[in-house]
Amino acid sequence: MKPVTSIETPTRLEYEFTASGAQAEFLENIARGRLVGKRCPRCEKVYVPARGNCPRCGIATSDSVDVSDHGTVTTFCIVRVPSQNIELDPPYCAANVLLDGSDMPFITLLGECEVEDVRIGMRVEAVWKPKQEWGPTFENIRHFRPSGEPDVPVEKLGAWV
Amino acid sequence: MAQRCAVTGVGQTRHDNKRIDVSQFGLVREAAIRALEDAELTWSDIDALVIGKAPDLFEGVMMPELFLAEALGGTGKPMLRVHTAGSVGGATAIVAASLVEAGVHERVLTVSYEKQSESNAMWALSIRVPFQQAVVAGAGGFFAPLIRSYMRRSGAPEDTGIRVALKDRRNALKNPYAHLRFPDITFEQIADSPMLWDPIRYLETCPSSDGACAMVLASESVAKRARRTPAWVHATAMRSEPTQFAGRDQVNPQAGKDCAKDLYAKAGISDPRREIDCAEIYVPFSWFEPMWLENLGFADDREGWRMTYEGVTALDGDLPVNMSGGVLSSNPIGASGMLRFAEAANQVRGLAGEHQIQGAQRALGHAYGGGSQYFSMWIVGSEPR
Repeated sequence: MKPVTSIETPTRLEYEFTASGAQAEFLENIARGRLVGKRCPRCEKVYVPARGNCPRCGIATSDSVDVSDHGTVTTFCIVRVPSQNIELDPPYCAANVLLDGSDMPFITLLGECEVEDVRIGMRVEAVWKPKQEWGPTFENIRHFRPSGEPDVPVEKLGAWV
Repeated sequence: MAQRCAVTGVGQTRHDNKRIDVSQFGLVREAAIRALEDAELTWSDIDALVIGKAPDLFEGVMMPELFLAEALGGTGKPMLRVHTAGSVGGATAIVAASLVEAGVHERVLTVSYEKQSESNAMWALSIRVPFQQAVVAGAGGFFAPLIRSYMRRSGAPEDTGIRVALKDRRNALKNPYAHLRFPDITFEQIADSPMLWDPIRYLETCPSSDGACAMVLASESVAKRARRTPAWVHATAMRSEPTQFAGRDQVNPQAGKDCAKDLYAKAGISDPRREIDCAEIYVPFSWFEPMWLENLGFADDREGWRMTYEGVTALDGDLPVNMSGGVLSSNPIGASGMLRFAEAANQVRGLAGEHQIQGAQRALGHAYGGGSQYFSMWIVGSEPR
């Protein structure tokens, strides 16, 4: 008899996501095509996607702030290897984008450009899905694409670059 | 610290892609038995057990410490499990050392491991955040942009990462336990290897390994009776910070700088570059060598690459780094930090084999984890401090 050395036991984890107050507000706004962040009352930094607390100061955020859907690439990765859980075909560019009016970049997909042309300081804009497909999700934005505005000098991007 | 603590036993497994010859029990026991033999102790001599590993999804087994305690002779003894992501191997050793330094225990067995072949770490790390498109492809996808930032701000020559990989892969050939061994590896092979997470090439990347590491940490009275030379723990330090916050320097994190500063102060070190003889640093992607050299205060900001480039970090350099071949050569994630700490210990014990730095008296072990946000470090010496 052949010895059993391993067996396959697939694991699944399903959970229901309950949005916090700040997240709920963010999702309600993005369902209407608006990007609304939250500002820390102490350091005055703005977080998008909105957070209920400032990770820097450890206190609750207060004001809601409209931010632009234009931003700047602070850094990026060209993914050339496939990964489970990700439904994108390599190569694609995952870029850290700092939205105008926001103080922390988030990682998002860049499209409508050659991956070789992406650079630090490049200006980008959100490409929204058709309005009828909008819901309470960041996925209303299909990806970001070059906006054609002049690059931002890296000195202006602070610690992010 | 109240009581002195020393490493009297070090053990590790052979690291490989798939250790199907052993279960998780067998894997941790392989390392633990070697550490006990090195310390000339038996299971019954051990007072307490401290186990560490990275997230449970890496094997798909929840709270494995519950059954591993039994495999490691922990029945009826105090047992703790430590979890600080990739830095956990270091943090686990520090918790074990603290139990001795506090005078709670005389002999602590500490073990860390990962058996990555039992699940899929890249899947476990490509987290699906609700209401967001999944774009971050595992650890490489997260760290590649940080490396790109470093390349830009330092202006380092583009082949710096290739040079690190070449050095570490050659060092690994001197380490019988190393997972990845490329005899006759060349600069060109690394340069020509495919880009996975551009700017990270395949041969500049750590493997997924099955493996474990163990150490015996002992009180001064036990260590002084040991036949083989102990490594004395001079200082330990840990720090953490959030993954992201406005104004965060992700390339050169404040938590790492603070951790190193605290460590050197405790160890009585004012000039780390001069006073430390060799260092094992957690470098999962080659460019992290120059990045951490700066974070650890071995080089000025934006200048770390010069140390790599000028051969300072080579085995025959002035500050050898990753003598064992490092994380680039073996990466059982939960054990990777402890392997760094253990290599530092063996260096000052004079027991590092073919990759021994002659006369090493003081060595640094370093680990980091999460999004460059958890740090654990220790300084060990050939003499008590």
